[in-house]
Amino acid sequence: MTIVDSTSEIREQYLGADGAVTSELPDYDDAWLRDIFVHLLRVRCVDQRMLKLQRSGRIGFVGSMLGQEAAMIGTAAALRRQDWMWSGLREGGAALMRGLPLSEYVAQMYCNSNDTAKGRQMCNHFQHKDSNYPSWSSVIGTQIAHGVGAAFAAKRKGVDEVHAVYFGDGATSSNPFHSAMNFAGVWKAPVVFVCVNNGWAISVPASQQTAQPDYARKAAAYGMPGVTVDGNDVLACCEASKALVERASAGHGPALLVVNTYRLMGHSSSDDPTKYRDADEVDSWEKRDPIARYKKFLETRGLLAEGEADTIEASLLAEIDSTVHAEEAAQPMPLKSLVEDVYADVPRHLRAQYNEFLRVAERFGDAQRGDGAFPL
Amino acid sequence: MPTLTLIQAVNDGLHTSMKEDPSVHVFGEDVAKKGGVFLATENLETEFGTERCFNTPLSEDGIIGTAIGMAMNGLRPVAEIQFQDFIFPAFDQIVSEAAKLRYRSGGQYTAPMVIRTPYGGGIRGGLYHSQSGEAYFCHTPGLKVVIPSTPYDAKGLLIASIADPDPVLFLEPKALYRSVKGEVPEGHYTVDLSTTRDVREGGDVTVFCYGAMVPVCTKAAESAAEGGIETHVVDLRTLLPLDEEAVLDAVKRTGRVVVVHEAPRFCGFGAEISAMIAEHAIEYMEAPVIRVTGFDTPFPNTLEHHYMPDHRRVLDAIEHVYNF
Repeated sequence: MTIVDSTSEIREQYLGADGAVTSELPDYDDAWLRDIFVHLLRVRCVDQRMLKLQRSGRIGFVGSMLGQEAAMIGTAAALRRQDWMWSGLREGGAALMRGLPLSEYVAQMYCNSNDTAKGRQMCNHFQHKDSNYPSWSSVIGTQIAHGVGAAFAAKRKGVDEVHAVYFGDGATSSNPFHSAMNFAGVWKAPVVFVCVNNGWAISVPASQQTAQPDYARKAAAYGMPGVTVDGNDVLACCEASKALVERASAGHGPALLVVNTYRLMGHSSSDDPTKYRDADEVDSWEKRDPIARYKKFLETRGLLAEGEADTIEASLLAEIDSTVHAEEAAQPMPLKSLVEDVYADVPRHLRAQYNEFLRVAERFGDAQRGDGAFPL
Repeated sequence: MPTLTLIQAVNDGLHTSMKEDPSVHVFGEDVAKKGGVFLATENLETEFGTERCFNTPLSEDGIIGTAIGMAMNGLRPVAEIQFQDFIFPAFDQIVSEAAKLRYRSGGQYTAPMVIRTPYGGGIRGGLYHSQSGEAYFCHTPGLKVVIPSTPYDAKGLLIASIADPDPVLFLEPKALYRSVKGEVPEGHYTVDLSTTRDVREGGDVTVFCYGAMVPVCTKAAESAAEGGIETHVVDLRTLLPLDEEAVLDAVKRTGRVVVVHEAPRFCGFGAEISAMIAEHAIEYMEAPVIRVTGFDTPFPNTLEHHYMPDHRRVLDAIEHVYNF
């Protein structure tokens, strides 16, 4: 199989902005098509609720996924259980689909004592070891190299694992993008690089980010195929991802998949995008809404009755709300977590620092039950 | 005289330097239309044009590497790194290149430039939006490291840093961006680098601090005063090169010293002050030097208020050295 042959079948689009089928569809299972709708809608509902919690001061920060639901759900739906998803800020919705429990998602947004990362990371930085979704840092692009190294490890161990590495258009300017693409090409590592091109890196548009805004063409420099699909068409995202995962799994090496979509909200809940972009641009992308498009498609196909979407939405929101209520009641963060997990064991100097801290906390009445000192 | 917040004073300083010196160029991620994520560069693009205030691609090493080249060829770059936590991709360019250029070229080439970056905790930013990395850079000969804690100093030190012939890392305490206000003169003035500032006089205990720890230590000193302990609070404001004479003079006046910083303790700036005292003023000391610092751990999110020294931890240390 040559590089050109294996990717030439990838279609840019299956569903137009109005939901009409624009390309011959593969055979799909009806239940799977409906599941995808629920996954898409869950992302939107979670996003909506988290923004509401942020606005009411319950949580600190949200990197909204609004508008990018199909890009993340479509590409991640093609991953197999054993594959890994390396993430940036906006893949939390895909992680939910792949097994991250909603309770852990919400606990992380609250950074509370139920958070598996023990409140160390800021909000919106998820992880889920059971579904191969590693912890990631806020530093742009670093995970791209990690994904390549982990893919190399899978190859050395002889296990069939593909590593999907997600990053935004802005990250293509970072050094790890270039070094990791280069390493992956040289090593023929089983990696699918997923560039979620949402048009904006905070306030920096593509025109200021790169002189080659056709991001897929960057793959040529590293000897791998690069393909672009409509990132608001969940089926196009899924089919392209599937083809590239299969290709990587078969030992034919890495590829770059660019999904063109749009960040409808600001970079985060702290950002006011009206300062730097036109309302017209936002309007034009709202008309290409990925969920409305898919809903239309399902209705036309007879897979979604009138009003059924509302019922699904109500049940998703109810589940989210009850999870939020439960997480609001979380126990306080144990103070000892201040010095744990820095090393495998808490070394003596950290035990001593903690005990000294506790002495002062006790003096001023801050210490909680169970916060006892470490033995030195 | 206008009353400004610290971030407004930074903006005013940039504005003043750009107006005075056409070679000054301001760039970084999101500094143009958005005016920076904290709005430090607000309106600079509008006033000075996209040629002199512009967004860069998302690459910190690209930002600093190109800034060095600009500085070598006659421009005066003022680069913004969005959060100090994101400076590490540029560590090589700062440490191996900018800081060493004058030395390795025998003074033939230099990199007069400023790297502005918000640092420190207090905004619930977790590990990657809260760090205090000054010690890494203070271990780098050839760099200057400046940290203001008031609006007046922020503007005056920034203008002085931009005019300085050597590369300056200008660390801005983001926790103070909007929480401190003060009178700031209009137009040009400078605050000399490598000078300290007496925040508060007192003859019993000396507290050395900088950045966001200055108001914390001031509050602790006020509490101590209620208990009859008078504390001299010194804002170091330039860590490198440090005004050693002023530091040792302040040490000798009380013989009881507390050093406070948010950064981890081990090999932190407090260790340097302690060593300096041990070497040059040990005979004046009435008590051991106490450091009140962040833990020797990464920066937490949820428990950040416990990680960061607060006025009570500082007060406890002041009382300890006083009663020793």
